[in-house]
Amino acid sequence: MKSSFLVTPAENQPGASIDGDAAEQPSRRNFLKGSAALMVAPLLPASAKSRTSDEDAVAVAAVPASPPTVPWQEFLPDVIGVLDANPLDPSPTGTANIAGGEAGRPSHQRWNEFAARAEPYELHAAQRENWVFSPSYPAQPVWTYQAKEPDLSILSPVVFAHYGHPVLCRIYNDLPANHVGFGSPEISTHLHNLHCGSESDGFPGDYYSATKAGPTLTSPGGFRDHLYSNIYAGYDELQNGIGDYREALGTLFYHDHTTDFTAPNIVRGLVGFYCLFDELDSGDERDPNPSALRLPSHPYDYPLSFSDRRFDADGMLYYDQVNPDGVLGDKVVVNGKIEPVLRVARRKYRLRLLNAGPSRFYQFYLVRPNNVIQPFTYIANDGNLLERPLLNQTFVRLGVAERGDIVVDFSRYPRGTELYLVNRLTHVADDTRRPDRVVAPGVRVLKIVVDREPPEQDLSQVPSFLRPLRPLPSTAELAALPVRRWVFERRQNMWAINGQFLDINVPRAQIPLGGMEIWELASVDNGWDHPIHIHFEEGRILSKTTDGRNVVIPAHERGRKDVFVVNGRTTIRVLLRFRDYKGKYVMHCHNLIHEDHSMMLRWDIV
Amino acid sequence: MNTRRKLLAGMGVGVAALGVAALQRGSDAPQAIVRSSAGTKNFPNVTLYTHEGQPVKFYDDLIRGKLVTFNMMYAQCERTCPVSTANLRLVQKMLGERVGRDVFMYSISLQPEMDTPQRLREYVARHHIEPGWLFLTGARADIDLVRYRLGFYDPDPLVDFNDANHTGMLRVGNDALDRWTMAPTLTAPEQILSTINHVDMAMAHTAHREPSVV
Ligand SMILES: [Cu+2]
Repeated sequence: MKSSFLVTPAENQPGASIDGDAAEQPSRRNFLKGSAALMVAPLLPASAKSRTSDEDAVAVAAVPASPPTVPWQEFLPDVIGVLDANPLDPSPTGTANIAGGEAGRPSHQRWNEFAARAEPYELHAAQRENWVFSPSYPAQPVWTYQAKEPDLSILSPVVFAHYGHPVLCRIYNDLPANHVGFGSPEISTHLHNLHCGSESDGFPGDYYSATKAGPTLTSPGGFRDHLYSNIYAGYDELQNGIGDYREALGTLFYHDHTTDFTAPNIVRGLVGFYCLFDELDSGDERDPNPSALRLPSHPYDYPLSFSDRRFDADGMLYYDQVNPDGVLGDKVVVNGKIEPVLRVARRKYRLRLLNAGPSRFYQFYLVRPNNVIQPFTYIANDGNLLERPLLNQTFVRLGVAERGDIVVDFSRYPRGTELYLVNRLTHVADDTRRPDRVVAPGVRVLKIVVDREPPEQDLSQVPSFLRPLRPLPSTAELAALPVRRWVFERRQNMWAINGQFLDINVPRAQIPLGGMEIWELASVDNGWDHPIHIHFEEGRILSKTTDGRNVVIPAHERGRKDVFVVNGRTTIRVLLRFRDYKGKYVMHCHNLIHEDHSMMLRWDIV
Repeated sequence: MNTRRKLLAGMGVGVAALGVAALQRGSDAPQAIVRSSAGTKNFPNVTLYTHEGQPVKFYDDLIRGKLVTFNMMYAQCERTCPVSTANLRLVQKMLGERVGRDVFMYSISLQPEMDTPQRLREYVARHHIEPGWLFLTGARADIDLVRYRLGFYDPDPLVDFNDANHTGMLRVGNDALDRWTMAPTLTAPEQILSTINHVDMAMAHTAHREPSVV
């Protein structure tokens, strides 16, 4: 290579002067205002320049807006697509079946307790060639998790699982190894907030493909088995064979968590829902069991994911892997579709709303065509049922990875009524750092048409009491707990936790099995909001202080949470338990560009 | 502080004068925009100069078809650069013979007026950098184009303008696959190596393994 770089006399310009005072200390600003910048601007990555009126601001061209789309052209399915169980070949094993093609993971914990009765499921991470986000854009490849015999009308199917019924989920990586463009064809699938062993948690260093092993795996493999025991936290503590039902999780989601590439891989599409049911939240609104809540159930229990996406001038999915702020989507993709229509029956529905990222925050309202706000009942935050439903709510605010379950009674509307789910939370154009203001009337992201009578009477209900919370420890007990303080801040054009960047090989905290701790999640007000996700067990917010003042915890955040949005000069104190499993887990910002730019740390249960 | 005049007087090679000429006439980038080998991205194909005094085209010579790492530094930096360089030196050791053959390491000066090839050559010697890792300088305008193209900027212009706040990223890319990511230069070298191995199709194992195990 070097031999071709010899300096030739022709390149050696005799007119060059070393007396370049005019160019002395050239300012980057001046340069960028110049004509060269204008000519090159379209090549340069997007930046958030348009947010500032400072005309000295760097004149890097923003990414062009996505081309316009004609809304309300496509319908979401009336019944959400659900993954069916299917037998696995070869049979799953406690230790990794490397000879059979499995990636070199650690052995499953509690294999003997759960494996024999685990229901087998199979997902394939694969490229879908002709997905239509909107009829306004060309059909194009996306990445999705799909069944062995995929339903091509949907992206990743929903997994319905039940406490007390373990799931063995085999996830094949069928992504094209020679893929060109953003994203990397390895996966480590995290089931967001499931209480499971770290070898099944989708640890970021455990990414795999048939030709690649992440740094914390021993060998590559075309699949990996995940043992989702579906026990409540508190299994060891209660010794009742299932754990503490007060710790039940409801709306979970699975997504790729591959180190270095989580943002682009999720933008490609690697996200799906996993709903967990138990005796209370049984998924059967006609359940004769007197303890069952009888919330609206499938097919009237409907998960909706919201993902911000940007499309290029040709209508193709766009992402810029070298933009240090990521790419803020200006189209909201709802279950894989832009501005789709959901047709509903005149009855109650449970809608499970998920902010699937990568970076946009939302504040959703349900409105009539004249933008009059419609009330609903808020029943679960971050997938966990609240103690009591919150009645007559008007909005759901979601940072990345947060969930909100609501019940909407469409029987209040005559057939033919049209409603819209609108997002009124704005971001400054191209600004992934934090949301800006709530502005009416907002952007319509989903149209709902009440188009039919229910085929049978709606027997679902929202009881006035949903699920108890375990009482908090006493003040004295809390005062005796270990406290860890984690500061989330900007550093060196990336983001750090306590000044340090990700090192996937070294735990930054080692917590004894069964431990209970208080974690203080703190941000300094240096411009970015961070939706912080802690793997493994959900936590309880004990207090929140902003600018030194105590802040009232909003009602919907008084349950169990797994995402904590820190913004401004804020400290959130969270009570966490570490029960039932050992191993390696992570805490990270779920704004995916922050996650990939190193705002993540490993902690271990030992 | 040295004046630029003194610094330039010490350069002694024609290459230095060429760099200044480029600086004075501004960037040659408009004539030098190229499509990447994957056909998906454009790169400014500007001329930079190595610490060995050789002119190189940013895309054609440094990136095209290669697995590359880039970071920003300057010789006078007393904050993060010394640690970053030492860290990357450890990565270079772990990469061993792959450096300059399969993996191409580049460090670009943020202070091109000060960091002449000569000065960068001294820096390389002082930090015991082995061959296969090039330190680069050039016209300010060209350096800025390259810096932006690699995502080495801050959205806040005041932060961006301050060299002392410069990026700590190591940009890691496989050009043939148009697969780009990054690692912090201040994290553990094993972590950085895993990210490099992640985009290297030839590496089944991304963790560092001693040569005897490979
Ligand atoms: Cu963040």
